[in-house]
Amino acid sequence: MRLKRPGIPYIIWMVVFTLIPIVFILFYAFTDRSGAFSFQAFFKAFGYTDVFLRSIWIAFISTFICLVLAYPLAYFMSRLKQSTQNLLTMIIMIPMWMNFLLRIYAWVTLLQNNGPIDTLLGFFGIHTQLLGNQGAVILGMVYEYLPFMVLPLYTVMAKIDSGLIEAADDLGANRLSTLRKVVFPLSVPGIISGVTMVFVPSASTFLVAQYLGGTGDIMIGDVIDKIFWSDQNTGSAIALILMVAIFIFLVILNFFGDEEAIAA
Amino acid sequence: MKQAKNDMIVSLKDIFVEFDGEVILNHINLDIRDKEFVTILGPSGCGKTTTLRIIGGFLEPDEGEVFFDGEKINGIPPHKRNVNTVFQKYALFPHLNVFDNIAFGMRIKKLPKDEIKRRVKEMLAIVDLKGYEKRSVSRLSGGQQQRVAIARALVCDPKVLLLDEPLGALDLKLRKNMQDELKQIQQKTNTTFIYVTHDQEEALTMSDTIVVMNNGVIEQIGSPTDIYNEPVNAFVADFIGEANIINGTMLGDCRVKVLGTELECVDKGFGQNTPVDIVIRPEDIEVVAPEEAKLVGEVVDVVFKGVHYEMTVMVGNCEWIIHSTEMSPVGSKIGMKIIPFNIQIMNKMFLATENTFFAEVVSAYEEENYIEVKKEDSVFRIDGYFFEEGTRLRIVLPPSALSIAGDGVGDIDDVYIESVIFKGEHNEIILESDEQKWLMQSDQDEQVATYVPLKFDFSQATITVEEA
Amino acid sequence: MKKLYKIYTALIIFFMYMPVAVFIIFSFNDGKTSVWKGFSLRWYANLFQDKLIMNALWNTLIIAVIASVIATILGTLAAIGINNFSGRKRIILLNVSNIPILSPDVVTGVSLMLMFTIVGVAFHFQMGFWTVLLAHISFCAPYVVLSVLPRIRHMDYSIYEAALDLGCNQFQAFGKVVIHELMPGIFTGFLMSFTYSLDDFVITYFTKGASFQTLSIKIYTMTHQRINPKVNALSALMFLAIVIIMVTINLKDRHDEKKRGVIH
Repeated sequence: MRLKRPGIPYIIWMVVFTLIPIVFILFYAFTDRSGAFSFQAFFKAFGYTDVFLRSIWIAFISTFICLVLAYPLAYFMSRLKQSTQNLLTMIIMIPMWMNFLLRIYAWVTLLQNNGPIDTLLGFFGIHTQLLGNQGAVILGMVYEYLPFMVLPLYTVMAKIDSGLIEAADDLGANRLSTLRKVVFPLSVPGIISGVTMVFVPSASTFLVAQYLGGTGDIMIGDVIDKIFWSDQNTGSAIALILMVAIFIFLVILNFFGDEEAIAA
Repeated sequence: MKQAKNDMIVSLKDIFVEFDGEVILNHINLDIRDKEFVTILGPSGCGKTTTLRIIGGFLEPDEGEVFFDGEKINGIPPHKRNVNTVFQKYALFPHLNVFDNIAFGMRIKKLPKDEIKRRVKEMLAIVDLKGYEKRSVSRLSGGQQQRVAIARALVCDPKVLLLDEPLGALDLKLRKNMQDELKQIQQKTNTTFIYVTHDQEEALTMSDTIVVMNNGVIEQIGSPTDIYNEPVNAFVADFIGEANIINGTMLGDCRVKVLGTELECVDKGFGQNTPVDIVIRPEDIEVVAPEEAKLVGEVVDVVFKGVHYEMTVMVGNCEWIIHSTEMSPVGSKIGMKIIPFNIQIMNKMFLATENTFFAEVVSAYEEENYIEVKKEDSVFRIDGYFFEEGTRLRIVLPPSALSIAGDGVGDIDDVYIESVIFKGEHNEIILESDEQKWLMQSDQDEQVATYVPLKFDFSQATITVEEA
Repeated sequence: MKKLYKIYTALIIFFMYMPVAVFIIFSFNDGKTSVWKGFSLRWYANLFQDKLIMNALWNTLIIAVIASVIATILGTLAAIGINNFSGRKRIILLNVSNIPILSPDVVTGVSLMLMFTIVGVAFHFQMGFWTVLLAHISFCAPYVVLSVLPRIRHMDYSIYEAALDLGCNQFQAFGKVVIHELMPGIFTGFLMSFTYSLDDFVITYFTKGASFQTLSIKIYTMTHQRINPKVNALSALMFLAIVIIMVTINLKDRHDEKKRGVIH
């Protein structure tokens, strides 16, 4: 009586448009231009180790800043009355639905020489290059992905029964230990999905660095973009390494999450 | 395939159902007469809902045949069966209002609009919901939703209406009202009702026939009076109404020994010195002066129950419940007079009085004087015995040597509790492991239909070598 | 404490809306640079006269509508099918279904590009409208599966059985009863698909071929020249559209909740 057949078109679709393309990536990564089996592409890919590590580093810093900024906000939101919660959620979501390039481009306008911020700082006699450095790239990332950290954290925290927090207060826990002993363990799933949603796109993004960073700030996503049009083998190898690295990261993160859940 | 046509509307022949290796229905046979109100009664997990789902066509039995009005209907999908169901939680369509819910089935059958309108109206009158057509079903109370569900099923004019614990979600008072109403609706519409419940009182008030189920088998089929007055075994007696169930011995025809006293009864054919279960309903015991009765006890507790007093009386170590309109004070000695007709004799559910099993010695330690034996993939230790490895032992344990391991580690794990029946002095518990059934005596109340670890006390055991 | 939280929230909101404010203000600037030259609507007028932008807008909408409708049908049926699988098969299916959500957009984009190029060479077709559409359906459908699955799991299965009991065959039971129960999930899935498709740049960028343009791609080419006030006008309009859509949905939700509130 329970039907499995409706799933078949989708399963076929996923095989054709998700699994087969990955097989192509695998094939290209392990062959050379003539189509013969080769590790050449990987050797070339290792030439970009510094870019790779920088991307991970920038993603890590951006994720960390997002977490630090989002956590108190999410907690505060979750303790408000329902209608205010909904309103704030909407306010935070609206910029997220704006086109990603427009959001980055707005920061170019803001940060450029003689732009609003530069002009403002000029009044205080500060003259500095705001665009074209790693700081600007991280700022762009944080701006881009902050809502992706706030929303999962808020969703999880909103489900924490406020009676639980009151009970902890009642049992003599001060605010800080209430946070540490009650709110934090219960919010771990939110942290996990927030970190996933920020880290994965920021490690692999392209264009943000091209818009906001200097020539030395390009990231692995930009490299894939640049290379792929001319050398698909190396491009595939880098894409493969990136994908594997991110899946390993996700597995570790989720494992960590399970442990936390048991401990809590 | 046609069966000899009689007045049976539904017949189940040798139905067997298994889920994940667990037997749900163990070769049951059931005939349901046309236009009757039949109740399938049993504790949760006994297979009653599964039986209903087989009749409704939502589940195909692994083995066995289902007949409807003489025709075999195995494999016929629900929408082609002339049977409708009232589901446990009503399963009303939340996006439709009362009228559209009731009209649903007729619209599928593409009946003319005015006929649909007329029949919905009629049905609403029968279930006492006139004027509710336009209401959203989520705005109705539990009892009203219930009526809509019944109307929705009955309006399709089924030959048989299946009801799966339909009153379970209602509060007590509403439940009582609905019981009467259901019976009336059944008579008004002249439809066969097959009603599933775990509530014995519901079954006794509404049914023409009651089918008592336990552990995937049918224990007894009969009218409410039959089932109440002549239960076939201790399970049925215990499940239906209040009862004193006591161990006894049949001395011969019409003579039974209970607690050392010989009583007269009306049952014959049990043989001589046969262990039996005896059922005496609390209201069938007459309180008389101690010298006028063979059984004498001391009143230890009295509770007023509105129409009668419920007295707890100790006869030696055995506890009896007596319902009487006159109160005897706590501490007084009373005589208990029971007329032979009211003593119901039943065969024991567990035939032996002791547990016997065979086990093989897998390791033996002469110095420490213990052995380890294997039984049903479990290995356990017996102290104070020594036999050669490989010896086959016959072990006999009295019911009192069995217990449920409090620390969760038993000699045999995952033993199924089949029934728990209070026998005046102790609970008599029947358990089932992979290979056999066990009889256990306990003062604890254990939960039926659960899995527990079973522990043995071998100091009470009789162990002998079984020659090959 | 509460005051501190409020100030903090206000600062975050300021951070998130500052860039938005910037492009709205500069969209009315008469000058071409970020120096204020007086109020003007000339960029709006320019925008609507730009045939290329209007064409890109049309393409974006067409792709988003078709892709999200197909993804919704595919994903809803898939959710029903997957829900009826059990054990390991179900876990494998769900994991494969999540690949497009979890793997970086760049990787999804280049892997599809690789496949489309190779298949294109073999069958003589070029990337363009069709490849973008296929790619969009592929990355949208998993979101539909994710939003419909929980509805199915929480659906009272006996409602489906009741429909069968009352004379429906399986298809009628689905069309007349089950689909109404799944509607909120289907709607969420559709909305997510639609917005992700509208917003997508990366995957479109790799699968669009030589001449096909969507709005994201157009914005990319415009912003690459760093300063283009037409982009500000476009951003301001898109922001307005998003605010209107979000507020409408929010008000509708609140209205629905109130309606439900009366019932309980």
